[in-house]
Amino acid sequence: MAHVGENLLTRLRDGQLTLNPELTTALLSMVDAVRQMLKEIQATGHDGEFDYPELREILTRLQQVGVNTGKQAGTAGPIASKEVAPKGMGQEIARPAVAKDLVVSPCEEKSTGTEAPKSVQVQPVQGKISALSVAADSRHVEAAVIAIQEDILGAQQTLESRSRDAVAETIRVGVNVLDKLMTLVGELVLARNQLLQISSTVEDTGLQAVSQRINLIATELQEGVMKTRMQPIGNIWSQFPRTVRDVALGCGKEVGIEMEGKETELDKTIIEAIKDPLTHLVRNSVDHGIELPEDRVKAGKDRTGRLILRAFHEGGQVNIEITDDGAGLNEERLRKKAVERGVITAEQATRMTEREIFNLIFLPGFSTAAKVTNVSGRGVGMDVVKTNVEKIGGTVDVQSTRGRGTTVRVKIPLTLAIIPALVVTCGGDRYAIPQVSLLELVRLEPDEVGKGIELVHGVPVYRLRGRLLPLVYLNQELKLAADERAAAESDGAVNIVVLQADERQFGLVVDQINDTEEIVVKPLRKQLKTVKTFAGSSIMGDGKVALILDVLGLAQRAGVITETRDRALTEKAAEAAATSKDKQTFLLFAGPGDSRMAILLSTLARLEEFPVAQVEMSGSQWVTQYRGQILPLVRLNVVLEERRNKLRALQAPPAADSGPIQVLVVNHEGRSFGLVVERILDIVEDQADVRSPATRAAVLYSVVIGERVTEMLDIPAILRSADVSASLSRVATKSAEVVN
Amino acid sequence: MVQTSQFCTFYLDKLLFGVELKGVQEVMRSLDMTKVPLAPAVVSGLINLRGQIVTAVDLRKCLELGSRPVGTAAMNVVVRSEDGAISLLVDEIGDVVEVEETTFERPPETLRGTVRAMILGVHKLNDRLMHVLDIEKACQMTEGAETTAAGR
Repeated sequence: MAHVGENLLTRLRDGQLTLNPELTTALLSMVDAVRQMLKEIQATGHDGEFDYPELREILTRLQQVGVNTGKQAGTAGPIASKEVAPKGMGQEIARPAVAKDLVVSPCEEKSTGTEAPKSVQVQPVQGKISALSVAADSRHVEAAVIAIQEDILGAQQTLESRSRDAVAETIRVGVNVLDKLMTLVGELVLARNQLLQISSTVEDTGLQAVSQRINLIATELQEGVMKTRMQPIGNIWSQFPRTVRDVALGCGKEVGIEMEGKETELDKTIIEAIKDPLTHLVRNSVDHGIELPEDRVKAGKDRTGRLILRAFHEGGQVNIEITDDGAGLNEERLRKKAVERGVITAEQATRMTEREIFNLIFLPGFSTAAKVTNVSGRGVGMDVVKTNVEKIGGTVDVQSTRGRGTTVRVKIPLTLAIIPALVVTCGGDRYAIPQVSLLELVRLEPDEVGKGIELVHGVPVYRLRGRLLPLVYLNQELKLAADERAAAESDGAVNIVVLQADERQFGLVVDQINDTEEIVVKPLRKQLKTVKTFAGSSIMGDGKVALILDVLGLAQRAGVITETRDRALTEKAAEAAATSKDKQTFLLFAGPGDSRMAILLSTLARLEEFPVAQVEMSGSQWVTQYRGQILPLVRLNVVLEERRNKLRALQAPPAADSGPIQVLVVNHEGRSFGLVVERILDIVEDQADVRSPATRAAVLYSVVIGERVTEMLDIPAILRSADVSASLSRVATKSAEVVN
Repeated sequence: MVQTSQFCTFYLDKLLFGVELKGVQEVMRSLDMTKVPLAPAVVSGLINLRGQIVTAVDLRKCLELGSRPVGTAAMNVVVRSEDGAISLLVDEIGDVVEVEETTFERPPETLRGTVRAMILGVHKLNDRLMHVLDIEKACQMTEGAETTAAGR
């Protein structure tokens, strides 16, 4: 069979045949078949009983067809005679090695004979095939030819090594040996930290000099061992040409793949972790991104789509870009789809920026593919890509120009094993915070604490350069017992670690900020896998164990971000609103507990005042007769009430002796509702651009209006939680739902 | 010939327990422990065992035996499990005993609840009964839901 393939290649070389996709497919399947045979030989030591009559038939047929068409096509490109020679040599090697001629002596002879041209032969062959390939996917053939040659060389090397001791510049080392080495270096780094700590307390110049040297050596050794784990990203990219080809052929597209920065190195564990997400992104680009050849021609583009993979280092991270020159993302369709799916409201959709809309594709269950194919469009995938990349501390971003193409950018850290981290103390124990999530440190002196930290309905926030930063107290989140000793030692100052979690910022209040350190990450055992607030553990310089905080998990626990990211979207939408309209008109009113709240004036229908006597009870729902209709009254104090008090508050009828109640009548989804508030304050116009995320349900965000912190109400959420949109006859079940 | 096996024994609330000796890596005095907030109550904390981080599991909590009296330090029995080493916190270390298979008996039907899953059975020693602990089960028990307090 290799013979048939070889004949085919010979004709190609002589220009009797023009390369076409069909031929390429046949050649590729031949390579697959040969690979399988080689595998068989490797396993059993002799020929397998493989026969590929169909494949052979195809190859032969192609050869016949090729003669005819080849003649018509004439010689497809100029072929220098010197190029033919090394190619012939290549074939020579190909025959004995691929045809499983395991007799060592002739093979050895041949391999020695061809050793010199071996290194140069790949280039001319490539050049020749490129010249020949007037048809679309020359690059695939190139890749295929390289693959064949690699196979050949591989086989050749195996044979060579059997016959003589070749002096090689590289040796193969088992991954477990490297892992062990890595652990040991980790230990060494820890021991070094300990040593440095001790030597800093001892007045001995000799000891200090030695420990400094050990410090340097350990650092270099650490770097060296890290390097052994590094692999070029080309290792996983090498399979992409084939993937692209298969997918492109499957959906009738023509795609060429280009790679830049193949040699960019990444830690082995990371390479493994990003392999699947990258493959998915590449398939996605071909399937969704690049258009059908006809459409491309219509759009004035080359028939063949381009897919560019780029990898490069930047700021201690590795960037990987996957760019296609396809149709780009359809912003309008995304918007519509998002609204249809209920991911965002129509109002939010109009406010969101292009980039935010594009990033919607990373939400679970979100697919814009018009039809589901076997490759993509199932709605799973992009969210998995995002989760997997984030798992290793990376980020994904998508940029797109309509009609020009899409770029997906993946940013990932170089390594996972040793990371720089900030060590903090809280409740007497130390915790490490990975430096990647760290933005800045803020220290409030005792006299600043009082006015620096404000409360939004009991929830602490800090004004960081005009923006409200929600504060999370680590000891409260971790339910640590108050450490009296630490409390006594502390001078009342507050240490805030400003952290970034999934595009949201929050301030983590800790007892003490110690230092930054390079720590060795050790995974937690399965018993502790359920604890989402910790990413791992590490051994500190003094030999004690410290836990590494998982900033994302902590933020989720504290409610700064929700798992579905919907809050982030709401916030983004709100931000977009703020930028699109300079000034907005707000209705200010006092909510329960005299808290300052606001709604947009545009959402308000009327302001009303009802005497208590007019309020009637329908089950536990307050209602009143209003313009010939029954107007359900939603009490803010109930909606915002602590859960445990909710039921009691809900069922209480209005106190007969209280004054008239203030009601904001709002329309929502074609129905009117009354919102009972304490007192109407004012109507103001403000830019309201200083805002921070909400700290409790039913609030969209906190905002500074008229120099004071004010909570913006989320009316749909309030109505949902009060469940008044359900029919009033269902009030019996209502109280239970509200409590839930 | 009667098959015998060796057990490493220890005491928990005056009861005698045993784990198969070949599963035991080492026995340590009480070590410095880092508590893990929000962890399941049975997890006492993390121990640095010569550069290896080992989870310490309080067997008293696992076996529902109540808290260890104040002032008594726990001993660590480090056992090898599927998921690496785990330290079992016990009250006191006993001897290594060699028992014959004939003295083994399944736990009585009246022993119920979660504890039954962890106790394979008892060996009838001359003067008392030795409870045979299933190490893997004991380790799995700790995968329970998140509880509020990190017990020590």
